[in-house]
Amino acid sequence: MNHTFTLPNSGHNFDAKASKLGMWLFLYTELLLFGGLFLVYMVYRFLNQEAFLEASYELNVWMGTVNTIILLTSSLTIAMSITALQKGDKKLSVILLWLTIAAALAFLVIKYFEWSAKFEHGLFPGMEHYDALPVGERLYFYLYFFMTGLHALHVIVGAVFILVVVKKINNGSVNQKRYSLLENSGLYWHLVDLVWIYLFPLFYLIH
Amino acid sequence: MTVATVEQPNFFQAKKGLFSWIFTLDHKRIGLLYLYSVGSFFIVGLLLGLLMRLELLNPGRDWIEPQTYNQVFTLHGVIMIFLFIIPSIPAVFGNIFLPLLIGTDDVAFPRLNLFSWWLYVIGALFALSTLVFGDGPADTGWTFYAPYSVRTGTDVSITVLAAFVLGFSSILTGLNFIVTIHRLRTPGMGFNQMPLFAWSLYATSWIQLLATPVIGITLMMIIAERTFGVGLFDPSIGGDPILYQHMFWIYSHPAVYIMALPAMGIVSEIIPTFAQRTIFGYKAIAYSSMAIAFIGYFVWGHHMFTSGMSGPAAIIFSILTFMVAIPTAIKVFNWVATLYKGSINIEVPLLFALAFIFNFLIGGLTGLVLGALAADVHVHDTYFVVGHFHYVMFGGTGFAFMGAMHYWFPKIWGKMYNKLWANIAFAFVFIGFNVLYFPMFIMGIMGMPRRYYDYLPEFHPLNMISTYGSWILATGIFIMIINLIVSKRKGAKVGSNPWNGITLEWQTTSPPPLHNFDKMPELPEGGPYNYPNAMNE
Repeated sequence: MNHTFTLPNSGHNFDAKASKLGMWLFLYTELLLFGGLFLVYMVYRFLNQEAFLEASYELNVWMGTVNTIILLTSSLTIAMSITALQKGDKKLSVILLWLTIAAALAFLVIKYFEWSAKFEHGLFPGMEHYDALPVGERLYFYLYFFMTGLHALHVIVGAVFILVVVKKINNGSVNQKRYSLLENSGLYWHLVDLVWIYLFPLFYLIH
Repeated sequence: MTVATVEQPNFFQAKKGLFSWIFTLDHKRIGLLYLYSVGSFFIVGLLLGLLMRLELLNPGRDWIEPQTYNQVFTLHGVIMIFLFIIPSIPAVFGNIFLPLLIGTDDVAFPRLNLFSWWLYVIGALFALSTLVFGDGPADTGWTFYAPYSVRTGTDVSITVLAAFVLGFSSILTGLNFIVTIHRLRTPGMGFNQMPLFAWSLYATSWIQLLATPVIGITLMMIIAERTFGVGLFDPSIGGDPILYQHMFWIYSHPAVYIMALPAMGIVSEIIPTFAQRTIFGYKAIAYSSMAIAFIGYFVWGHHMFTSGMSGPAAIIFSILTFMVAIPTAIKVFNWVATLYKGSINIEVPLLFALAFIFNFLIGGLTGLVLGALAADVHVHDTYFVVGHFHYVMFGGTGFAFMGAMHYWFPKIWGKMYNKLWANIAFAFVFIGFNVLYFPMFIMGIMGMPRRYYDYLPEFHPLNMISTYGSWILATGIFIMIINLIVSKRKGAKVGSNPWNGITLEWQTTSPPPLHNFDKMPELPEGGPYNYPNAMNE
């Protein structure tokens, strides 16, 4: 290309502020996506208070608590990883990211055991025991699977995102001067955390 | 044009081959990809619309079965809403002209932009696949109201999935535009020096971003309900169909402004250029776009006045609906005031802009009839509603789209369209449009319900007029498309600024070079529409 002139405000320039702004806007859409589900939850909880209470005793509060602690800690590790990279400690930053990924996996493993316990009791929509439940309890379990399932999907996406960042730190394209991708993965991970902070009390704790 | 510097190859010449198009990162090419795909689906939707009108020419069964008719109007709605109107102006003209208007060389995230187009194509293929595979296209209407959408045997899940994917594409376009406007304006261009089309895209993008996820999750719930048989919305298994309607309209009413606001932006570009005069009330027009976007978020309940809603809620939704009319009227007054004492140059784009104001006025005022609680009970779900939203969507957005097509045609292809044929096409489209849709208001007030393939004999004359109108309209659109295609090949070459416009896109060559500007664009002094020969009061 015999292209000589480039605008100072080119869209092809690297712009850390733009990518951060873009990430924040994307997080708004995620919040509204879950917001729709929280709205449905609120309406049906209001309409079926007794049944929701009854059904919530089926959940394992201990597993939920452990998962909450794991997720909150992982938010800490990723925030520390960002600071580490900003200060130039690439090695520590990568270790902290691996810790975050490990926490994501631990969360998913615990979630797996929780879900399979529900499956054994036949509580998944369409199963025998589920169909015999009163309407309100069916709605509760339906929302439980839908919302924690969508959240688990976000955990997986977030872990993959962080894995990509690890690779990019290792090959140097994310570094001390150019760390917005790491920062964005952190923002995304905090969102995953935030959604769980609401899911946990709504399903496990309200008695 | 004599240019001292070496001619840069324009963006058509810069690269060749199919892959240089479908994997391009150039916003202009992506805009054109959208133009061709959106245009194709528009023709499919148009043909389905013609088929419906043909069936309604006479009472009773003429051509198609009642069930087919239900599927045809659903597919017509889905295609026109999700595949044509929502992406039309933002994705086509927003993509091509937003960077040019604010003096940059691309959107903030070019790869995301390409990804949006691919999502659009995938969503479109899903929507159309129901024609060929599975249990046939959905027959629920484009609103997918529960519980019918949960129970019907047709392929609702795929259609709904298509809407979900298309929504995602729309979100990403909106996100891209917001960041572009915040980060990539040319040095010296503050928000209040931005062209008004950029302002309207900004307001639109916020709606796309904040409303679309709600429909996304709602449609996911419809799919889950159909798959697992859980009663979220179907009352026989514990669900609440009114909740579905709320969640559907929380997106779908703001979506109406996704369709209308960019059209208003187009009109705000065309009118000052052809009046050669500073736009009247720049800030009022700019901020009223934001006001419409904001208030428009809180009026969804007016679609549900007859669905069962508490009195106070209905009154609040009604008042808010009336409030949207205020910023809209502000715009109309400002456009008309801009024309006053201007040196008006009557060209086809201006005709479309004026027709927009005419049609939108009718569409807007009939909207107030629907927003009034008592009147709505009478005309709810009648042809009055069909007439109303076609006046705002087609008469408004559709006309603005066609106006933008003619306005920016010389900029995109560097050629002028045949003006005689363009005028003829405009006359056919304008007359045909009004003949087609105006009788619907009368039929609606007489009580003809919408979405039926049959009607009582007393509605026959009006239905005949309406169907004749559809033929005139289709003829006009056909002439227009042929004219544009022929002119693109054989039209007379034009310079960089055939309309004597002063917004930044006219400072670069036609067609623009790959990187849009070969030198720094110069901002006009005293605002984006400060025409030098403007008369002062």
